[in-house]
Amino acid sequence: MESRAVPQDEISTHTNTRKAIYATDCNGAYGIVPSSGWEVEAEVTLQAVDELVRLASEAYDKVVTGVASPLYFYMFARRMDLDILAQASGIGKWWLKRHMRPDVFAKLPHKTVARYADALGMEVEALYQLPEKRPERA
Amino acid sequence: MRKPSLPFVHEHAAHCESGVMARLLFHYGLPLSEAMVFGLSGAMMFAYIPFVKLGGMPIIAYRRMPRAVIKGIQKNLGVKMKMETFPRPDLGTAALDRLLAQGGIVGLQSSVFWLPYFPEDMRFHFNAHNLIVYGKEGDEYLISDPVFENPVRSSIKALEKARFVKGMMAPKGLLYYPQTLPETIDFAVVIPEVVRKTARAMLKTPVPIAGIRGIQSLAKAIGRLQNKDRRYARLFLGHIVRMQEEIGTGGAGFRFIYASFLQEAGVLLENRNLSDCSQMMTAVGDQWREFALLIAQSIRKKKNPAIDFPAIQKKLENVAAAEAEVYRTLLHSEL
Repeated sequence: MESRAVPQDEISTHTNTRKAIYATDCNGAYGIVPSSGWEVEAEVTLQAVDELVRLASEAYDKVVTGVASPLYFYMFARRMDLDILAQASGIGKWWLKRHMRPDVFAKLPHKTVARYADALGMEVEALYQLPEKRPERA
Repeated sequence: MRKPSLPFVHEHAAHCESGVMARLLFHYGLPLSEAMVFGLSGAMMFAYIPFVKLGGMPIIAYRRMPRAVIKGIQKNLGVKMKMETFPRPDLGTAALDRLLAQGGIVGLQSSVFWLPYFPEDMRFHFNAHNLIVYGKEGDEYLISDPVFENPVRSSIKALEKARFVKGMMAPKGLLYYPQTLPETIDFAVVIPEVVRKTARAMLKTPVPIAGIRGIQSLAKAIGRLQNKDRRYARLFLGHIVRMQEEIGTGGAGFRFIYASFLQEAGVLLENRNLSDCSQMMTAVGDQWREFALLIAQSIRKKKNPAIDFPAIQKKLENVAAAEAEVYRTLLHSEL
């Protein structure tokens, strides 16, 4: 790719940072050209982010209707899935799934909830309630 | 640890691991460009591993496993790195602080998600990111993250969390820096050796998940998306492009950086064949970009309701064929 063909689409996903792209100058010599992004990249990044928001908002509804515990919502809100949260908290998947039930979650010892809170990077108390706003896709 | 002679200077790079290694080596007295580090490490690859999933998507990589650059440079250039992991976060932080107090700069492995300076839309759970810490001010670390244009900062707590996240490819607080550097490097020997090894690995993989055969398998998988769930199919296609363009590859999934390496190697060894292959690789990179563009146009919702999977498959098969030709040329020319 020639340096003048390096996209400068100022995509929103980059926010204030440019990416180093290798491209050739008019003599064919390679160098780094900072790029403010390519719309192709924005397309796929936003697609992935949208999917995560979709999962989080569906989880939000399940918690509101009493089908799942808040832990279920926060797992998706932190862009995790069962595997990632199980590994990050060190609590097995079988247990994790059980703790997604509101009645089971409500009775969990503080110690266990603290492990989840730590893995999710939040305070223990906050893990018991949903945020006021349902996550929405941009 | 050798005492660095110069004040640290941040430099923008395409990829985290090769960028960090190039900066560490430069700072401690072995100036090599990022492209040379990437090429000489032998980390150039392609892999499509349908049975290992991360975040619901199969592994698609345009290079070897994380840490392959660090390992490859040690093996191929005779550099010796000190690499240390820690059983507890406080030990890792203490070790980092000690090295900084001695005036060193340190390479670290970390999660992407927990680094506070990452843009919101780029924060995913990937645990094998690399960065350099070059100082500390108050309760903040001064960080040179090569994929960022300018130096950044992180609180002590946030960096500790990012270094000690558990899960796939967990960093375990890994820190590293050069311990011994080679007196001389015989590029006339090393370059042809590594270039041939890379070419052979890309062409002659025993399993259809790596190298050119990996690209061909991915092309077939795209063809099969026709019968899969629509949403999954779109996400899968987007995932390929993200691995190729979004995550810091220098464009076209490392193919441009590799072309840059071949060019630099050609100049260094005054070898016309390397320069010619650099141009071929650039053309291959351009085709990878066309492939990405084709996908982005296909998954853009309103304009194209139906995705032409066979056309995308065909495009990727052509890319695979063109890339294979570069490696064959490299193997059969005098280097």
